[in-house]
Amino acid sequence: MAFDGEFFRRDRRMHPPAYTPGYKSSILRSPRLALVSLEQSISERTGPVFSAEHLDALDNDLIRNYAESGEAIGERIIVHGRVLDENARPVANTLIEVWQANASGRYRHLRDTYLAALDPNFGGCGRCVTDADGYYHFRTIRPGPYPWRNNGSDWRPAHIHFSIFGHAFVQRLVSQFYFEGDPLIARCPIVATIPDWAAVERLIARLDMEHQVPFDCLTYRFDIVLRGQRSTYFENRPAGN
Amino acid sequence: MTSHILKETPSQTGGPYIHIGTVPGFAGLKTRSQEQQHILATAGPVIRIEGAIYDGTGAAIPDGIIELWQADPSGHYNAPGFKGWGRAPTGGPGGIWSFETVKPGVVPWRDGRPQAPHVTLAIFARGINIHLHTRMYFPEDEAALVADPVLLTIEHPARRRTLVATRLSGDGMPVYRFDIFLQGDPETVFFDI
Ligand SMILES: [Fe+3]
Repeated sequence: MAFDGEFFRRDRRMHPPAYTPGYKSSILRSPRLALVSLEQSISERTGPVFSAEHLDALDNDLIRNYAESGEAIGERIIVHGRVLDENARPVANTLIEVWQANASGRYRHLRDTYLAALDPNFGGCGRCVTDADGYYHFRTIRPGPYPWRNNGSDWRPAHIHFSIFGHAFVQRLVSQFYFEGDPLIARCPIVATIPDWAAVERLIARLDMEHQVPFDCLTYRFDIVLRGQRSTYFENRPAGN
Repeated sequence: MTSHILKETPSQTGGPYIHIGTVPGFAGLKTRSQEQQHILATAGPVIRIEGAIYDGTGAAIPDGIIELWQADPSGHYNAPGFKGWGRAPTGGPGGIWSFETVKPGVVPWRDGRPQAPHVTLAIFARGINIHLHTRMYFPEDEAALVADPVLLTIEHPARRRTLVATRLSGDGMPVYRFDIFLQGDPETVFFDI
């Protein structure tokens, strides 16, 4: 039976391993046994479908989506980019979820006890869906760096967490992106879980002056790459897919 | 014709506040529309799947999420009227997560052989640098479990059992308990797909 459209194996040299003692939380939460390599079946090659109809009106505007009495405080930014697969094909209609600290580095979460101020007009949660060409954008404030207990007081660089689905469960990805020029990136134990600096570079959003909104917002560009599918040439049927 | 020309974006941990972005109502933010993601079905023979995710000390982790992907009862993914996807925080009492859903049907393996009914699970949390992928099977499908192509891929038969839920006795809807052990003696099988 032909089996078209298998996804490329995940290149785990580009991802952090499970056990990274420099990031202490990984020590007790990392499997010790080898992952079992699984050939992809329809259970892995399918995934949930989302569309713009699933969004609320302000979902991609974190400056206003949880605002009560005004707009969120901080550097106003737009983040935009494209979602492509490893074959450089656009990934359309895929859900991207984002979450982040506010401008002072504080999350709106019961367990965040950092002394920095909460912003009553900022929730720190948003989402968007890529268009037919794989483009997405959202508006937010640039998050602040924040300290955390790892090796004494380590500091996270400014970052926005994101979650993306693609079209198959094998494409699922949760990660974080950073901002060009931040000196804390090279000092972050969580960034350092990634073994390859070239891979880290692909998590850094670049300032995109051409797409600023004059007298309103700076803009950053961040592209995302999801796993691609291979073409099948000879598998009990004619070439191509 | 294409070749593998770009590299996948690297993973990073979801961090301690993943609930803000994925289950905001649970994190204390205003609940968004369509946030009942741990309820996949309310009609038909509804079952509950529940469990906890334990770290290397045996403590249940309270700050992660688990996602479920499954076929409908006739073995179809993305079938009209049944989304087949759900997400739950691991932060209930005792670290419990749960889904209310329907039992999936049989879906084929690559060569057409049947796979035993299963749900696919992905786990995200602080301390997990790249999400963990596993499956849960149903204990009553004994003959299908013995022949399941994925379970047979697992070299040690004792480890196959880490993927089979326990059916809890109770009145009302059937409940399947599926505990996940990130490390230690009963470490759950995780897949590289
Ligand atoms: Fe963070």
